[in-house]
Amino acid sequence: MLEFPRWKVWLIGIVIAVGVLLSIPSLIAGTPYASAWPKWLPQYKINLGLDLAGGSHLLLEADAQDALKQRLQAKEDEVATELRRDPRIDIGDISTAGGRLSFLVRDPTQVDAAVERLRRLSQPVALTGNRDWDVQVVDSTRIVLTPSPAGTAQALKDAMGVARDVVRRRIDPGGTKEITVVTEGGNRILVEVPGVENPEELKNLIGQTARLEFKLVDQSADPQQVQQGRAPPGSQVLPMADGTGSIAVKRRVMVSGDQLTAASQSFDSQTGQPNIEIKFNTAGARRFGRATQENVGKPFAIILDDKVLSAPNIEEPILGGNARISGSFTVQSAHDLAVSLASGKLPVKLNVIEERTVSAELGQDSIHKGAIASVVSVLLVMIFMLVTYGRFGVYANIALVVNAFLILGIMAMFNATLTLPGIAGFILTIGAAVDANVLINERIREEIRRGRRLLDAVETGYREAFHAIFDANVTHVISAAIMAYFGSGPVRGFAIVLLIGVVTSVFTAVYFTRMLVALWLRRARPRELHI
Amino acid sequence: MKLLKLVPDHTNLQFMRWRNVALVLSLIATVVSIGFTAYRGLNLGIDFVGGQVIRVEFQQPIKIDDLRAKVAQLGVGEASIQALGNDKTYQVRLPKPEGPAAASNQVVTKLRAALPQDYPGARVDAGESVSGKVSEELAQDSAMAIGLAMLGIAAYIWIRFEWQFGVGALLTLAHDIAMTLGFFAFTRLQVDLNVVAAFLTIVGYSLNDTVVIYDRIRENLRKYRKMAIVPLLDLSLNETLARTVVTSLTVLIALGVLMLIGPEVIFGLAIAIFLGVLIGTYSSIYISAPVLVWLGVQPDSFLKTGEKDEAEPQPV
Repeated sequence: MLEFPRWKVWLIGIVIAVGVLLSIPSLIAGTPYASAWPKWLPQYKINLGLDLAGGSHLLLEADAQDALKQRLQAKEDEVATELRRDPRIDIGDISTAGGRLSFLVRDPTQVDAAVERLRRLSQPVALTGNRDWDVQVVDSTRIVLTPSPAGTAQALKDAMGVARDVVRRRIDPGGTKEITVVTEGGNRILVEVPGVENPEELKNLIGQTARLEFKLVDQSADPQQVQQGRAPPGSQVLPMADGTGSIAVKRRVMVSGDQLTAASQSFDSQTGQPNIEIKFNTAGARRFGRATQENVGKPFAIILDDKVLSAPNIEEPILGGNARISGSFTVQSAHDLAVSLASGKLPVKLNVIEERTVSAELGQDSIHKGAIASVVSVLLVMIFMLVTYGRFGVYANIALVVNAFLILGIMAMFNATLTLPGIAGFILTIGAAVDANVLINERIREEIRRGRRLLDAVETGYREAFHAIFDANVTHVISAAIMAYFGSGPVRGFAIVLLIGVVTSVFTAVYFTRMLVALWLRRARPRELHI
Repeated sequence: MKLLKLVPDHTNLQFMRWRNVALVLSLIATVVSIGFTAYRGLNLGIDFVGGQVIRVEFQQPIKIDDLRAKVAQLGVGEASIQALGNDKTYQVRLPKPEGPAAASNQVVTKLRAALPQDYPGARVDAGESVSGKVSEELAQDSAMAIGLAMLGIAAYIWIRFEWQFGVGALLTLAHDIAMTLGFFAFTRLQVDLNVVAAFLTIVGYSLNDTVVIYDRIRENLRKYRKMAIVPLLDLSLNETLARTVVTSLTVLIALGVLMLIGPEVIFGLAIAIFLGVLIGTYSSIYISAPVLVWLGVQPDSFLKTGEKDEAEPQPV
């Protein structure tokens, strides 16, 4: 028992010193002392969960149906563009019913050539050996493109990745805020924004797909038919965004919002109404210029998420790549739309399925109460240990304080998040951490009662108690690990504190106190033990 | 300095003498608990049934009936309003609205806008909205996590000890969880995600005592091969009694503080673990140990494992 090699003392000392050093930045964060912390020392800090820092948590789910629809529409554009190329193949009766794209090839001799060109368009799906679209011919002149399951799955996965980036750009255009945007479970995106107390603004930003399209208005359409939702072949009926009826537009997209480089809110110079200024990239500007040149005098529809914002006449060709979108906007909605447009369109519509918001005041209040409860419980436990075990209680208490620092230090090092339940986990760990020392001390008492000599009793106490300590802590690890795996946000924070606490408490209660006891026994050589 | 000894040296309490009485009592309590929970149901929070909650703090104390009338005027559905601790902080809970999930937050938005108009200085402190889909998943995940934790720990104890000990651990856990559930059904305290965390913690902590006692039983089984099982259990329980009392007390002190002066948002979590530790202390003595008698643990149960000793963790 007396042997405690010097290197072990050093090792334990270093571990503790590092732990304390790592925990300090988190403890002084937000106090005037924070700036006094030297720059060359570690700066790791514990994150505060939204329930402590205040902020909004949103869980978004992709509308898979919408994703498929958008993909089908994109395919339709792609096919139309491809077959218009030289040698041109005329097609008609395009339909996207049943999640498949089908159309007639007007000249039966061109069917094989069309199939050949469309097959070349399809892509192999990574690692599956399948292609993303199956191309088939039915009734000898109709070509049907069916999305393959592997292709659909891959497309959804890609779409989620893009959607995540778009959401991030929309919430944080400057890329400077500490926000969390991560995909979860295949079709969900978790968004956590500290400091935002009213999530409406967030939801407005995320809620728009922001698919901007410019299409020609189909003037040949019979207004009567249009109001009943029927459009001539090659056209479609879309509702007006302000709810004033519907309008028929050509299916073919003149230019789309994908080709924007910038969008910002501004005001109409004549009416003073808020509007949005957009700027196309070079390719987009060329396309937009050509389309307006060819259609001077005709109305074209500006379409956002399948709703027509406005359908002005093309007065003159717009060649510079700059355009203005007017509609019935407020300053706020124009601004939100500009941000959404600038960040690109969402490849899939996102629905909010869970929302939690905590104000900074409530969070501050929780931190305050949690800190007081932590300090009080530590003090009470320490007093209890002191009156129960005397000197050995003091050792256990030192271990307890060291343990608290180590938990914070490790959390800081891993940049872990402290949540409100995490504070409860911390307090619980405090209460339970002394258990190892209780086991050891009670065992020592028992061995002394059995008549063992002092050193022998201490030695046996530490050795025999270790089995129980080990097994008892494994049960904690199992339940905490399961909690960390299944739990969401705050609960996971609780589990992480428990997990770290179990490990550090075994270290401090077993190894650290053993060192203290050994050093004391060696120095003082006591004849009897007061325990 | 005279040290505090809550448990005198050399106790010789005959715990096992009362094992059948305790069994009957525990069985009755468990059945009543489960029956009561099934009959009355738990007060499930929106985490598990979906819906919306906002927490409002007012400048002045207000009357709950006034608030109820104001909320009713908004036409947002049947609200349940509850004071949180004092007459300035209230929780307004609303059912999930019909229709698509995206619309589920509109009610919270309405309240957010309307309340500060009627009550100057009112502040919406927290708002939550959980769709039916998410709440279903959370409920499933929670139930699965608790079940897995129970099985995982029982399996660990089976591996480390003997199958009888694993069964004992599982029964102890089932008892503790049933009792705590009964408590929540009885008090109508809201069961939210935090309370599930508490249940998982109870699964870990109520077994803490059990494991320590089992460890001592195993040690004594090896040491006193001639002793009959019942006196051996009594001996083990008495030897570990001081530790059981001291540890339970330290945990209860810490949790008591958290319950009394800690943040009220986690009151449910604190009280659940507090209760779980109390129940766990009882059940580690009166369920975990007697089960071994009924399952026929004998002094020679560990003979064949005598060679495995090297595999145990050794203190450094």
